[in-house]
Amino acid sequence: MKIQNYSYEDRTHLFGRIWILTALVLIFSFPIAACIYYDAWPGFTPVLKGLLGVAPIFWTVGLIEVLTFVPMLGTAGSYLAFVTGNLTNLKVPAALTAMENMNVKPGTEEGEVVSTIAIATSSIVTTVIIAIGVALLVPLTPILNSPVLKPAFDNILPSLFGGLAVVYVSKNWKISIAPLVFMVVLFLIAPSLSSSVGVLVPVGALIAIGGARILYKKGKL
Amino acid sequence: MSFNPSSTFLFILAGIIILFVICQSLFFLVRAYKRGKTLGMDMAKIRQTIISTAVFTFAPAVSILLGVITLSKFLGLPLPWLRLSVIGAITYELPAATTTANALHVVLSETVTDPKVYTAIAWVMTLGIFPGLIWVPLFIRKIQGGLMKIKDKDSKWGDIMMTALFLGMISAFLGMVFADIRSGLKGWIPIFILLFSALLMGICGLLIKKCNLKWLENYALPISMLGAMVFAVFLTPLIGG
Repeated sequence: MKIQNYSYEDRTHLFGRIWILTALVLIFSFPIAACIYYDAWPGFTPVLKGLLGVAPIFWTVGLIEVLTFVPMLGTAGSYLAFVTGNLTNLKVPAALTAMENMNVKPGTEEGEVVSTIAIATSSIVTTVIIAIGVALLVPLTPILNSPVLKPAFDNILPSLFGGLAVVYVSKNWKISIAPLVFMVVLFLIAPSLSSSVGVLVPVGALIAIGGARILYKKGKL
Repeated sequence: MSFNPSSTFLFILAGIIILFVICQSLFFLVRAYKRGKTLGMDMAKIRQTIISTAVFTFAPAVSILLGVITLSKFLGLPLPWLRLSVIGAITYELPAATTTANALHVVLSETVTDPKVYTAIAWVMTLGIFPGLIWVPLFIRKIQGGLMKIKDKDSKWGDIMMTALFLGMISAFLGMVFADIRSGLKGWIPIFILLFSALLMGICGLLIKKCNLKWLENYALPISMLGAMVFAVFLTPLIGG
């Protein structure tokens, strides 16, 4: 089929694949070019040793993130957000808040537009701020690392999710109760799990969906 | 050749890849904007959304920059700059660097001087996260097809499921805030900050509804987030965190 005959959605997939696969090649080009330029191939064993410590969990979380976030982010948003990273702390809240403010739903054409715009804007702003920060690292480091500001950056997640909770939990408190109670109890029993919160996102999602299904079947939603 | 992890060569390499990602973001931004016009969406509101998203992004972006600074002490600037601008997050990159350094018996407190250690870490960081870029093109149509089926069958349930999916994510992070409360008053600091952020969001909501401050809708989240971060600066020394 000719590209002119593709639907908008099909073309989004086509462009998305081209961009994401090119990004994949470029991401691999960094270690390859560094190895060639410095003639410093690390060998199989050191890489495998390092990889064994992180790959099982990262690869699993990566798959879980795709299954969890693709429905929320939409087509173009997903192709973009998974390249630019920082999903839970930035891209997902940015996309969902933008859709909420524009009064559009994920999975609709309008939702796709708004989600993509939010993720793209957020990616550009983040990249520019980091680039400026890197360029001005010497004067900025003492300010950003100052003990006065440390508590602010240590608490960025509660600062973000407190506001988000009011918007979403208050509107959907019936669905929220089961996953919230489960997570609070779980973290009270096993505080060390906070280092692997990414794995618990789909657990929370499954509990929320299961609870919502029961309530929906009973006609309470 | 002596090795410098902040060499011009590595900066240029990282810069090219980051530039590519900016181009990708611009491409999809322009395309979505044009699509919004075609669909007859309220473009003034979309422009407002762009501004409010940019404002909202500021604090998390600075926090990501802190991650770059943290990693740069060991890895120089180009690699952390690249990894945290593209694909990664500090939650992935720091463990990847740490496990590789430990496996190679290298300490993280000093700047890496052995190019083989550096490239080993770069490989582990790359290989550790790259599957995400393969899962998306591989599964996206199947995931969306499954969702469409659910929505076609029962659109109300489809919407509820999407909401539940997001609430599941929020719940995990809200639950995490309670992880340290057994360590005494200090462990309650994140909860107080969370509640303060919620309070600010509630006030914004009231102002939007009661005082008809519609413009505030787009800025309520950045205001509550930044307000709570400022609150953390004052609260933490007070409690002794």
